[in-house]
Amino acid sequence: MEKPYPVPTPTSQPFWDALREHKLKLQRCNECEALIYYPRANCTQCLSDDFEWEELSGEGTLYTYTVARRPTHPAFADEVPQLIIVVELDEGVRLTSTLVNGGEDDLEIGMRLKPVFQDVPDHDVTMLRYEPA
Amino acid sequence: MGLRGDAAIVGIAELKPERKPEGPFKLGIEQYAGLAKMALDDAGIPASAVNGIVSSTSLREASMFIPATIAEYLGAQVNFAEVVDLGGAIAAGMAWRAAAAIELGAADVVVCAIPGMPGPTPPNAPPPNPGMGFGASSNAYGSPQAEFDIPFGNIAQNNGYAMIAQRYAAEFGYDGRAMAKIAADQRTNACANPEAWFHGQPITIDDVLESPMIADPLHLLEIVMPVSGGGAFVVASREWAEQSKHRPAYITGFGERLDLKTPTYARDMVHTPVGPASKQAFAMAGVDHGAIDAAEIYDCYTITAMLTLEDAGFCGKGEGAQFVNEHDLTYAGDFPMNTHGGQLSFGQAGLAGGLSQVVEGARQIMGRGGDRQVAKADTIYVSGTGGVMSEQAALILQGA
Repeated sequence: MEKPYPVPTPTSQPFWDALREHKLKLQRCNECEALIYYPRANCTQCLSDDFEWEELSGEGTLYTYTVARRPTHPAFADEVPQLIIVVELDEGVRLTSTLVNGGEDDLEIGMRLKPVFQDVPDHDVTMLRYEPA
Repeated sequence: MGLRGDAAIVGIAELKPERKPEGPFKLGIEQYAGLAKMALDDAGIPASAVNGIVSSTSLREASMFIPATIAEYLGAQVNFAEVVDLGGAIAAGMAWRAAAAIELGAADVVVCAIPGMPGPTPPNAPPPNPGMGFGASSNAYGSPQAEFDIPFGNIAQNNGYAMIAQRYAAEFGYDGRAMAKIAADQRTNACANPEAWFHGQPITIDDVLESPMIADPLHLLEIVMPVSGGGAFVVASREWAEQSKHRPAYITGFGERLDLKTPTYARDMVHTPVGPASKQAFAMAGVDHGAIDAAEIYDCYTITAMLTLEDAGFCGKGEGAQFVNEHDLTYAGDFPMNTHGGQLSFGQAGLAGGLSQVVEGARQIMGRGGDRQVAKADTIYVSGTGGVMSEQAALILQGA
């Protein structure tokens, strides 16, 4: 079964374009200076639609995780046990990802993580995954 | 501010859970109509008195114009029509909306029904919506879940709840035996409820902990059992309630809170929306936690129930495990919780899962709990949870 991959929208396109260049760029609000994730048309703090795309290191800490021992969907059966994580970037926002280059015994909440830009040529997309720093 | 407590749940109906529907295929509107009749008959209120209908989002035959479709099918003329889209909190959301409409004078008798019988799909029916099939996450184009969560396998529900539990463990510690005790005590309740899916199958704490790990730290027996079923309740004005067949369960307090779909984006993953919802419900009803005779707490997972105990204020934050260990949660215990077995042991009939908690709360007040009737059932707390601790509601039900 084919895995689901992201399909960019006009609003999120710059985020995905940056990942393809192995960079992480998120929107910072020009009115209230909030950094937001995921990309949106309006700021989650003040609803402004005036943003700059800001490049970040992508580094952060492990906020939480689970080890999915049953596939969450048949498309992920080949990845079980799947290490699904929530990363808190140093700038404060959180995102969903998976841990690569590490096993379940490496997972510890609060551990440092660094980004891994995983190109998926068949889907013309680069996925933001994470590994132990 | 709030409800006066002049509307009550007066009639209830619930189908016995089945693993797969054993009877003939029934359309969603057929299920709605059948459940409405059962609940009205239960109350002793004629169909002609119905002037409000509330539906869930699960009507198979329509994604728009749902109340009009139902009204036409029932032959009802209604002044109040609602579709409630709150996942597992739908039933609690239906109850307070119906009560509010009645207190405003918009309606007198409101039917709230949730079909929970999934299929089978007839051979000539069109295929299901291709954006679905990812649990409670939407894979439709432009859905934030489709773009930022589903591709990583973060698909509702197991993983989200597991990650909340894991974060809770890091902040407050984790007593796996206390979590398992929730499931075991509720199974004791189910064994006193002949309608429960797991009736006659008691379990121990060790059984729970020895069941397969599904998504760390959640074991199989800490995760709800999907079943086929469905149910309904009728909310009516005080005038109708006083003539109905059973002791009415007045809706004296409610609260509702939602701020996210996927817990990754929660401001605080372990302080859940049922906290502010419950605070409002208790304040509106003018009762304190000590007055609660039984708590019917939405329990798709053990962690859901435990976080609700804490955030609803039955114990302090981080003290949920201690609370569970110190109390007997069975119908005969000092803190009866999910007296029907909870969804963990009664079964979860799709979106009707949360209806089991509302109906059981009313049933206890009506004194119709049978072998699991609690000794005193005058004031009952009910919670509903939709999504991944993302949309929650609380009710206070009281007998007159």
